[in-house]
Amino acid sequence: MTAVAAPARRRSRLRAVPKVVWLFLLVPALVEVGMVFWPAVNSFYLSLTEWNGLGAAKPVGLANFRNLFSDDVFLGALKNNVVWAIGFGGLSVLGGLALAVALNRPRRGVGLYRSAIYLPMVFSLAVTGLFWRVQYQPDGTINTLLGAVGLDGWEKQWLANPDTALYAVLVAAVWRQVGYVMVLYLAGLKGTDPTLDDASAMDGASAWQRFRFVTWPQLRGVNTVVFAVTVIDSLRTFDIVWAMTQGGPYHSSELLSTYMFQQGFTFLNLGYASAIAVVIFALALVFIITYLIRATKEEAG
Amino acid sequence: MTAATLDPVRQDTVASGTPPNRKRRRWGFHAVMAPLAVIWVAPMVFVLMLAFRSFDDIAGRGTAALPTSFSLDGFREAFGRGEMGRALWISVQVTVPAVIITLLLASWAAYALSRFEIPGRRAILLTMLAGNLLPPQILLIPVSRVMESLGLYDTLVALIAIHVGFGLGFYTFVLYGFMRSLPGELTEAARIDGAGVVSIYARIIMPLCRPSLAALAALATTWIFNDLIWAITVLRTEAKLPVTAALLNLQGGYVSNWNVVAAASVIAAVPTAIVFFAFQRHFVSGLLVGSSK
Repeated sequence: MTAVAAPARRRSRLRAVPKVVWLFLLVPALVEVGMVFWPAVNSFYLSLTEWNGLGAAKPVGLANFRNLFSDDVFLGALKNNVVWAIGFGGLSVLGGLALAVALNRPRRGVGLYRSAIYLPMVFSLAVTGLFWRVQYQPDGTINTLLGAVGLDGWEKQWLANPDTALYAVLVAAVWRQVGYVMVLYLAGLKGTDPTLDDASAMDGASAWQRFRFVTWPQLRGVNTVVFAVTVIDSLRTFDIVWAMTQGGPYHSSELLSTYMFQQGFTFLNLGYASAIAVVIFALALVFIITYLIRATKEEAG
Repeated sequence: MTAATLDPVRQDTVASGTPPNRKRRRWGFHAVMAPLAVIWVAPMVFVLMLAFRSFDDIAGRGTAALPTSFSLDGFREAFGRGEMGRALWISVQVTVPAVIITLLLASWAAYALSRFEIPGRRAILLTMLAGNLLPPQILLIPVSRVMESLGLYDTLVALIAIHVGFGLGFYTFVLYGFMRSLPGELTEAARIDGAGVVSIYARIIMPLCRPSLAALAALATTWIFNDLIWAITVLRTEAKLPVTAALLNLQGGYVSNWNVVAAASVIAAVPTAIVFFAFQRHFVSGLLVGSSK
């Protein structure tokens, strides 16, 4: 779009777009503006106020944000979110990648194994949470198994124990996510060149060397997407924690999203809750941009 | 993993007379994968067994014991006082219109952006996609307020509206990519024959998009059906909650009745499992659209 030629060209282009096409674009765009962008802007405004939902919101400047950083529950949730992003992201990416490599080439049983791994993905996070609540009961499968192999000492009230609650929920979330990451990597592996792999095998490269130096470099595109998606997902995580512990006991499994929901919808501290939401947004922003850059490349190429 | 480099001809020899270490590797693969697959499926199997056990059996022998009873009491209770049937029906009432409206609107936007020289179309497209990537938390409070001021709070219309608005960006992006890949000659020929913009959309573009639409529909159905956070944000009345939210409520009410809770989670899980098996191919390709190339 050079400055000189732009005005004339733009006018003729605008005329070339039939009116009904503008309608095709405007209706969905307005729906998204009304349901997404307008509310998002409002959250920023609300984060600078104190409001219980009745009457007018009282502007308080940055007080909410200042309070956040002396709020132990918020800081705990922030720390838990970091643990969550690393644990959830790391385990599901490692697991998903390993499984994708193992189940990449067709051989007997592969279809069955793949289905078993990605079946949990179809259940909602709430259902997943309840499925695992059952396993974590004091007399549930996990404790029973531990007892059966003689590890009675390890038996715990997994979800009621502040030391284990977050990790117990994490295991359930990873169980569901691994299949999704595996599917993404299987698609990425399909795009790699199998002859390279065969050739390096002929040359005597070990399985690990072939993965590290032949396959891995070809997966860069998928890695970016998986990375961005996983981090965005881990900042969004809400349902499974809500279904399993609601952030408890004693906020030990609290994430930013659950704390925000409690502040906003249980205690009606709408300004404070909005400030937490703004923090979540700020943390997600880098990864949203990464994803968008990747999407732009894809759209261009 | 090394056996993966075998070509088909040599695979035959593997099946008959095999060098011992190759055979060992093949067993090694199954020795790792088979238990792993069993572990992956086990939680589901246990919940399923629990759902069909009687209350006395569970109370007496624990949730982890193998079943010695068969009873439909859990399901009877979940469908009866638990009202899971009503919740399922509400989920259908939300999911079906939300999926149809989202895909329809997304296809409009994608058509306009992909086939016409709209200035700044790329920026518009990416902005729409960005909207879908926002963390929902930043929308929750204002959305519930907007719904209140529109008089829609605590109605299914509000839930449908937010699903449509929030999902639009992603579906538009995917459909845009697909529509751009359709050759321009197709619509050019129709235009010369005097077909209008709308009829080109309806008679040429949409039929060609059927595979992408199917993939997106399978994906959108499970996403919307599985939603929890929007439902508890815009709905208050218990009798209006869709299945995931109703399930959590029920779980709070039947704390020690594990057969009822298990039965209710099975009820909530079955519809998406059916969609998955019926549209497995679409489902997987749906997950891949927009995420790899």
